[in-house]
Amino acid sequence: MNVTTTRGWDEFMEGIWKQNPTFVMILGMCPTLAVTVSAVNALSMGISTALVLIASCGLVSMMRNVTPKEVRIAVYIVIIATFVTAVDYAIQAISLALYDALGAFIQLIVVNCIILGRAEAHAAKNPPIPAMVNAAGMGAGFTIGLLSLGVVREILGAGTLFGVSLFGASFQPWVIMVLPPGGFFVLGSWLLFFAWLERRKQRKLAETAENV
Amino acid sequence: MSETAFQIFVNALLANNFVLAMFLGLCPFLGVSGKLDTAFPMGVATTFVMLVASLCAYGLNLLLSAFHLEFLRLISYIVIIASAVQLVEMVLKKYSPALFRALGIYLPLITTNCAVLGVALFQTAREYNFLQSMVFSLGGGAGFTLALVLMASVRERLQLSNVPEVAQGTALSLMLAGILSLSFMGFAGLGG
Repeated sequence: MNVTTTRGWDEFMEGIWKQNPTFVMILGMCPTLAVTVSAVNALSMGISTALVLIASCGLVSMMRNVTPKEVRIAVYIVIIATFVTAVDYAIQAISLALYDALGAFIQLIVVNCIILGRAEAHAAKNPPIPAMVNAAGMGAGFTIGLLSLGVVREILGAGTLFGVSLFGASFQPWVIMVLPPGGFFVLGSWLLFFAWLERRKQRKLAETAENV
Repeated sequence: MSETAFQIFVNALLANNFVLAMFLGLCPFLGVSGKLDTAFPMGVATTFVMLVASLCAYGLNLLLSAFHLEFLRLISYIVIIASAVQLVEMVLKKYSPALFRALGIYLPLITTNCAVLGVALFQTAREYNFLQSMVFSLGGGAGFTLALVLMASVRERLQLSNVPEVAQGTALSLMLAGILSLSFMGFAGLGG
């Protein structure tokens, strides 16, 4: 593997693990909690956000030399809103049921801080290809974050996964998990889990340092 | 739409609280709710922006519908909200410099508050008339302020208590929000 592809890969992986928008940067909370009542919703929301993110970062990056600094935020917002409108109509055409399930949250992708944050922090300073790779990584990280919530909430709250029943008819669903409080609890538990992992890693590092 | 104005207000304030039941405006909810002193002015400013944005969005929607330009709705709403925030900023600066300084950088950040765009989008989707839109945005803003103030009060208390180290930070705030949200579920069905 040559140097450029490894760098591209690193940039891609950064959004998935080290700077995961959901678990590390805690960005884009509103859609994360609102649409993750089922794995299907979570997956489609993640993919739509990722598409908007890649497309708008690409365009922002192509226009970075002609955008006046004073109005850059307005320019970004209009670019993002354009792509969100496109995705909104596309989902409406592909699956009306999905469109109804996601509701206004497709259009609310516009104000998702991840997208504006990426446009401002990365796409505005880099050429189109790296910007889009970085955006793709962030989008994938966001999708994974959404999925990990959606899967847990669907299994606990409805006893299904992607609509397939897991435990048979006698399963008594834990309804609170698909209601609003469940979203807060599941995300809180994931954050606890990651904090615990991080602490364990640091303790191990400290122990090995002592032994040496 | 047969909902009365009062039902809409109670619904937006309690039963379908913007933050705790509909997950709108979570970023400021988690970010600004550390202290009561900043939480309340932030809620009031957001409510005001919501009212202005809702008013503008209502007029704009009439205009767009008249020309069959519904696909421009999202873009024009977001531009209108950005201008409304700018307007609020200028008015505050002129007439109440003290409050303007107190709010500081939170003011421009209201633009990316999804609760504000949410009000505009929901009132369009539910085809509210003028009075209903106004009441809806007022209730939503009041609900947002209520959630922010409640959260800030609990968090101020929590600073004095002994929390396991691993649970500190965002995880703790989310658990708190979950419990608050759980109690707000008790209002379900109140607005009819």
